[in-house]
Amino acid sequence: MVAVLTVIALVAGFVLAYVNSVTAPQIEKINAENLAAGIKAVMGSDDILVSDPEEIDAFTSYSVSDAQGASLGKAVVSTSNGFGGPLKVLVGFDNEGTIKGYTVLEHAETPGLGAKAGEWFQDKILGKNPGSCNFTVSKDGGDIDAITASTITSRAFLLAIQNAYDKIIAGSDATTSATTQAKEAHQCGAEGECADCQAEGAECDSTHASKGEGKDCCGKCKE
Amino acid sequence: MVNGIIKENPTFVLLLGMCPTLGTTSSAINGMSMGLATMAVLIVSNLIISLIKKLIPDMVRIPSYIVVIASLVTVLQMLIKAYAPDVDKSLGLFIPLIVVNCIILGRAESFAAKNGPVASIFDGIGIGLGFTLGLTSLGAVRELLGTGAIFGQTLWGESYGMLMFVLAPGAFLVLGYLIVLFNKIFKKA
Amino acid sequence: MYWVILALVPALICSFISFGMGAIITTAISVAACVLTEWVINKFLLGSSKCTVCDGSAALTGILLAFNMPSNIAPWIIVIGAIFAIGVVKMTFGGLGCNLFNPALAGRAFLLISFPVDMTTWPLPGQGFGTYLDAETGATPLALMSQAFKGDTSALSQLPSVSDMLLGNTGGCLGEVCALAMLLGLVILLVKKVITWHIPVSIIATVFVFSGLLSLINPVQYANPVAEVLSGGLLLGAIFMATDYVTSPMSKSGQLVYGIAIGLLTLIIRTWGAYPEGMSFAILIMNAFVPLINSKFKPKRFGEVPAKK
Repeated sequence: MVAVLTVIALVAGFVLAYVNSVTAPQIEKINAENLAAGIKAVMGSDDILVSDPEEIDAFTSYSVSDAQGASLGKAVVSTSNGFGGPLKVLVGFDNEGTIKGYTVLEHAETPGLGAKAGEWFQDKILGKNPGSCNFTVSKDGGDIDAITASTITSRAFLLAIQNAYDKIIAGSDATTSATTQAKEAHQCGAEGECADCQAEGAECDSTHASKGEGKDCCGKCKE
Repeated sequence: MVNGIIKENPTFVLLLGMCPTLGTTSSAINGMSMGLATMAVLIVSNLIISLIKKLIPDMVRIPSYIVVIASLVTVLQMLIKAYAPDVDKSLGLFIPLIVVNCIILGRAESFAAKNGPVASIFDGIGIGLGFTLGLTSLGAVRELLGTGAIFGQTLWGESYGMLMFVLAPGAFLVLGYLIVLFNKIFKKA
Repeated sequence: MYWVILALVPALICSFISFGMGAIITTAISVAACVLTEWVINKFLLGSSKCTVCDGSAALTGILLAFNMPSNIAPWIIVIGAIFAIGVVKMTFGGLGCNLFNPALAGRAFLLISFPVDMTTWPLPGQGFGTYLDAETGATPLALMSQAFKGDTSALSQLPSVSDMLLGNTGGCLGEVCALAMLLGLVILLVKKVITWHIPVSIIATVFVFSGLLSLINPVQYANPVAEVLSGGLLLGAIFMATDYVTSPMSKSGQLVYGIAIGLLTLIIRTWGAYPEGMSFAILIMNAFVPLINSKFKPKRFGEVPAKK
């Protein structure tokens, strides 16, 4: 009795080990391909070099540079809790922290509602910088319109991106970290421009001049 | 074989394996993949168990069956992960759950343990087809009502459907009505 | 049944004044679809010659269903809601008297889950009598309360005044906007002894007390109790839907328990839930508990002598 069960278990073990050895490289390859395709998509360029992953807390960050070796920015995998379960997004930042692209890697959101996150935010967050933009849904006083009837998914999605920014981009660069604190007071304009600063006047202008063309001005001026 | 599709249809008559039935049928293609995956496991497990049934002492037959079934499911999961990543993405957690699908253990215990290999294979095909048909039809109805599409093909231009059918309550409702319909057609009591 | 329909007429007139033709069209389509669905199922699926449509319950379901929708909703959504309410919730369980859930409410819940966008774009009142599908939309008092809870401190100050809520001069479902008409309906029902006071009063009192406590703790985050009671479908639900004979408990004490539970659930869903309105879900949840309540709080049988202790 014990012998029979042992034999069955042994045979099963060998079969599993064999199948695993056959399929593991293939699974690895598919995962790597998916990730590479994702990074290319979020960085908006096919011709890139991707560094080895760097694990920082719960985030996985990849430094991306172009074929000549000049840094293009970072692609970060970030997770938050959505409506139906974990929501995993891959988001690409350029060196200033402006979002170049994103893709939803894993989700369990409601089909037809929260599941639209993959397309919905494309035209809403690309080209914006979580440092100067208030990355919460407009219902909570933020600058991004939530998916209709899916506020919880939208909150989770924006939180994932904001966390990635705070941890990876802002945390690694001292000059941009100040922007995180100042952003509440400011309107979000496209391309990191700040409508408030330009209108408010003198105080801002001096910093504008030094930074040039209003880039990242939000962090430097008080309201 | 026909027995498994109509008279003992696992979904509509025996009401077995309700977890994947309700959980994976949000679209026709998901239902069909789940049905086919289960069928594959069922056929092979029926075959193996009918072959080794003489060797297994009565007292440890259930653990033995479970080891066989669990190994097959794990193999299947690895194969799907490696060669059909899209299926893996949409079914995900439900593939390993085939292990606890009572249809498979049920057929092992009630059919494969008492019949020869050839008959067991056909029993696996029959019950598997019945399960696949059940899941596919459930998925098709839910997809049609929920998103206005069938097998991913949108029927009336803009996809605009009743979301509830894609969500959990819709699964229960549609299953109930399909059972009614099935009994109305096939059961002449 | 016909007295209930009559008691709903003031509310219908009110919503006509607030929302224009859309109110009448929506109600008419809904009633027609409900009655037709029941008639077709009876005639062709059940082959019964009994005139179940004549008892007025299908028409009542139609009116209540319409009262639970925005007045600018597309006709085909109304029809789907009616088919679901009558066909699935009522007739599948065996028709009037056998249904576990209130058909109109289940129909509304179904539509809310299925078409969340269409079901939550409320028209603003006072856009003339001709408006229907082209009505302009805006936030309801409940949406504002929900925002206040989420941290928007200015939301509560945008709440319409109590007199506006009483007269129906706010956004919302057809039948839920005019509190005064609802109260008039309650008086009709009580005077005609169609319902007793237990369920509506226990629901309203619970909501009032509970939201009063919350509001005392933090008036910026939680709306005042009068606004909670007057807004949304609370009065409509408490007076017309929770009191449905078939789906409410039989004994007086059971009705009180049922009402208090609905009141609590409503506020819990409104305050902490994902949807701004909790009334319909609260009633549906408690519908499911009615058999349990009935077995715990049995009505006294006629002539029964209490057992000696």
